[in-house]
Amino acid sequence: MTNAVDLTALEEELKADISGAQSLHALEDVRVATLGKKGRVSALMQTLGKLPPDERKAFGQSVNGVKTRVSEALDARKATLEAAALELRLATERADVTLPVRLGPEAEGRIHPVSQAMEELAEIFADMGFSVAEGPDIETDDNNFTKLNIPEEHPARQDQDTFYFHPNSDGERLVLRTHTSSVQIRTMLRQKPPIRIIAPGRVYRSDSDQTHTPMFHQIEALVIDEETHMGHLKWTLEEMFRAFFEVDEVTMRLRSSFFPFTEPSAEIDLAADVIGKPGQWLEIGGCGMVHPNVLRNCGIDPERYQGFAFGMGIDRMAMLKYGLPDLRDFFSGDMRWLKHYGFSVLDMPSLAGGLSS
Amino acid sequence: MKFTLSWLKDHLETEASLEEISTTLSAIGLEVESIENPAAELAAFTVARVVDAGKHPNADRLQVLQVEVEPGKPLQEVVCGAPNARAGMLGVFAPLGTYIPGSGITLEKKPVRGVVSNGMMCSAAELQLSDEAEGIIEVDGSFKHKVGTRYVDAIGLNDPVIDVSLTPNRPDCTGVRGIARDLAAAGLGKLKPPRKLGNIEGNYPCPVEIKLEFSDDTADACPVFAGRYLKGVNNGPSPAWMQQRLKAVGLRPINALVDVTNFISLDLGRPLHVYDADKLKGAVRARMGRDGEKFLGLDGKTYHPDQTMCVIADDSGPLGFGGIMGGEDTGSTAATKNVLIESAWFDPVRIAKTGRKTGLITDARYRFERGVDPQSVMPGLDLATHMIMEICGGTPSKAAIAGAIPDPKHKISFETALVFKRTGLEVADTDIKRILEALGFSLSSAKAKGNTLEVTVPSWRPDVEGPADLVEEVVRIVGIDKVPSTPLPRVPGVARPVLTEIQRRARRARRTLGSRGLVEAVTWSFISKSEAQLFGGGGKSLDLSNPISVEMSSMRPNLIPGLLAAARRNVNRGSVDCALFEVGQAYLGTKPEDQHVAASGVRVGSAHVSGAARHWSGDAGPVDAFDAKADAAAVLAALGIDPAKAQVTRDVPDYYHPGRSGTLRLGPKLVLAHFGEVHPRVLTTLDFNGPAVAFEVFLSNLPPEKRKASRARPPLKLLDLMAVTRDFAFVLDKHVNAGDVVRAAQGADKNLIRGVEVFDLFEAGKLAEDGKKSLAIAVTLQPTEHTLTETEIDAVSEKVIGAVKKATGGEIRS
Repeated sequence: MTNAVDLTALEEELKADISGAQSLHALEDVRVATLGKKGRVSALMQTLGKLPPDERKAFGQSVNGVKTRVSEALDARKATLEAAALELRLATERADVTLPVRLGPEAEGRIHPVSQAMEELAEIFADMGFSVAEGPDIETDDNNFTKLNIPEEHPARQDQDTFYFHPNSDGERLVLRTHTSSVQIRTMLRQKPPIRIIAPGRVYRSDSDQTHTPMFHQIEALVIDEETHMGHLKWTLEEMFRAFFEVDEVTMRLRSSFFPFTEPSAEIDLAADVIGKPGQWLEIGGCGMVHPNVLRNCGIDPERYQGFAFGMGIDRMAMLKYGLPDLRDFFSGDMRWLKHYGFSVLDMPSLAGGLSS
Repeated sequence: MKFTLSWLKDHLETEASLEEISTTLSAIGLEVESIENPAAELAAFTVARVVDAGKHPNADRLQVLQVEVEPGKPLQEVVCGAPNARAGMLGVFAPLGTYIPGSGITLEKKPVRGVVSNGMMCSAAELQLSDEAEGIIEVDGSFKHKVGTRYVDAIGLNDPVIDVSLTPNRPDCTGVRGIARDLAAAGLGKLKPPRKLGNIEGNYPCPVEIKLEFSDDTADACPVFAGRYLKGVNNGPSPAWMQQRLKAVGLRPINALVDVTNFISLDLGRPLHVYDADKLKGAVRARMGRDGEKFLGLDGKTYHPDQTMCVIADDSGPLGFGGIMGGEDTGSTAATKNVLIESAWFDPVRIAKTGRKTGLITDARYRFERGVDPQSVMPGLDLATHMIMEICGGTPSKAAIAGAIPDPKHKISFETALVFKRTGLEVADTDIKRILEALGFSLSSAKAKGNTLEVTVPSWRPDVEGPADLVEEVVRIVGIDKVPSTPLPRVPGVARPVLTEIQRRARRARRTLGSRGLVEAVTWSFISKSEAQLFGGGGKSLDLSNPISVEMSSMRPNLIPGLLAAARRNVNRGSVDCALFEVGQAYLGTKPEDQHVAASGVRVGSAHVSGAARHWSGDAGPVDAFDAKADAAAVLAALGIDPAKAQVTRDVPDYYHPGRSGTLRLGPKLVLAHFGEVHPRVLTTLDFNGPAVAFEVFLSNLPPEKRKASRARPPLKLLDLMAVTRDFAFVLDKHVNAGDVVRAAQGADKNLIRGVEVFDLFEAGKLAEDGKKSLAIAVTLQPTEHTLTETEIDAVSEKVIGAVKKATGGEIRS
């Protein structure tokens, strides 16, 4: 049957044209010439109507078979040609991925160790129910000394190298606070017991050498209620040190001492195991039961209320924990130091995640 | 307060080791600063006898000594250059191999001018016992049976020196006896009874009259002045044991009379003074100073007492400051024959004031300003009389006393349960009583009812006022370290947030700026006055009256000068691109409300958020005002203030560049931030080269956060209708603010216009020559009810064009 022979030859010819197409463009020409409206397979379909009805069906099926196979061949060739084209493009597209990239500002910025330590301490004390109180740096003599049971000529005043301002029009001589204990006074004057606060901040003494700077940071804690005693003070200190230095155990020692605003008073020594130096003691700060005179000066009845206070250097705590060698570097703004000892902005101290993760 | 171990043992009968004593002292509040034993490095030096001294064959000034180093052993040949070396004398010998502390050398066997020396006879300077280097030490002949023994043992120099850092509340421990009393109370031994004195009260009246001349309001300056006259004393060097003790604690022996007073001052904490009675004119009196008076102090300086200072005077005028320093003219000398001993009591407050005014720091002031035991007036006088008579002879008069000895003893009603209440430490009542009694408190059991004691405070403890002080006495002696740790009761439930609003702002600002690549610095709160003035401060009220240096003399009006100074130091070290910030306090006045918190920063060089300096992806140009504006805006945004809603005005403090800076504000009064280039003149003054921009956000000024009842966010309204964006380019006068164009466009149709972005600015070419610029904005329209038709969009566009033209005179660019 001539038609059948013709179809086979046609299919072979078309397939040869398809595999001979060397570009997507050439392949499209083949497709149009084959399956397009005026294409050769389409033209065969148009001849169907002229055939006798008994041949029509068989011929139609044959032409459709050719059309299907030619279509498949077209698709296959198209995929091959596309893959080849992509290969060709990829061969030309090449970045030097060894070129360095910038990590972005988050990687450049730093948080100062003092800020970091303050946030760590705030986390710890917040958990123990302390709120954070603040007071001004420029203080009255009364708040900084007199109300803290340090009368004018008390020898304890001579121990503190106080910065004074010139007398104002009332003859009053303001001071730069020498300790954050002045915030105790402000708090007690404002608030009735029970009181649980910490007061971190800048303090000033006219002193300057490797371990003293004229400005430094202290944190003060104050608890006033009807029950709190030195045992609570000791526990609070131990817990605070344990949490701050992120160790399981701390060894602490209290030594009797004297501060005009506490009675009894003690110096706080911490075993240097917390910083990996067993056998040494670190002098960390002072503490004691708030002196009845101080309570009385703030209008709180010492017969009914009692409590503790302690104070310590935040800079020193940061130095110990993070191995910062010289206090003076804290305030020099040296980028090398800040970059090295500073903290990433993403190091947010939290009790859940760990203070210094 | 320094003392030696043997001195302590004069008052304390103890078997305790030095280690135990030291640990106990520190635990009970007498902190041991150091323990030094000068004998430690002198162990090799022995007492030796020079048997023969002969001429050195080869040197005129040297001798060859034959020295008995150990009894019965062969003599050692020693070359010696000391002029006082002679046969028969006792000296101090150092064998070969000994390290000589005074010269820093170790003795080696080598010939001295041809003669081998088998050791060395030493001077006091070589042992660092004194400066005496002229001759060798001459050991007293009475030590001849000690040849061969250690020199330090022979003369009792083997005596550790303990240095205690005294807290100002313990005047009683300015004497060795007070320290011994505390140690005895702490269980380290027994306090020995006071020295027994012979009969020292004389049988003739004191020939020098003693008077107190005060008005009623100054009478408390010196309420009692006692004295005793000693006739016919022989002054001279004090005995060796006394000199040694004084030297060991750092005092220079003067003469027996002075040394006795110094000894008693250290021994009992009781300062005294001795006058050469023959140099006194008329009555000796304590009184306040008078203007115009002066005297020559024992330190050789002239002092001018005033009306606030208590002096001791005679008819000729003031002799010295009572309780601080005596005068040169009436002091004792080697020739002194008749003396008046002074034992008085001076008001601590006036002593402290006079001491501070004059700058005089003396052992007497140290004790009187802490509060000497008033009851020690007579015992001190008697002990001094006794010791002077023992050492210098003399015949004492009867004591003369002006005024009355204050009796500070007072009673405290002490509930023993208070010990546990305040410390959590359980101490048995018997122990409480034992401790208090050992410290010198007397307890009257007669009045004790239940657990309440009547406690009488001893006269030497002015620091003990009330029950809380007694609790401290008990707990410090039991051991404050024995207080048991007791958990602080927790506030029930999960911990609440505790930061104040300003603290939250500061934290957030800090993390925001850090995330923008700035590095946090902490700079001084005080700066130089000239810097303060340059940055809008420097008023007199904020100047320190006693600054540590001119660089730190004025409270900072803002944080920028400190940050710029830090940046300059970094630039000078080669970090030319640096971005620093600080969140901290600044001072506009001295009142608490004048102190405010700012978040400030500086960027210098090319320190942009996106990176600094050269980079293969594109070099960073110099920083400009927009870097600073972006930082300020970012802080505001982080604190919940939409920077787009803030007005930007050009009024800035004069340390900013007038044309390249701005102020962000809410309304006419509320300034949120300044930003911009630092004024070039300021940079020149600060010796700063290169671009620098700064910003400051006033955290204390921000409007208070609105506390909402619910944390729920407003519902998200998503619209199905597509937004449409139309671009407009305007030709504007070059001084027109982009902000005005944006605001005008935004206001053109408030219902439809959702956003306006500036996407192009062209300020060059022909336009610039004509004083113009081109600004292109993209206006986004958000339909709410139906998709906009072209006609509707065109209508809005016309409104935008019209509004911009009306507001700025700008023409749409064709």
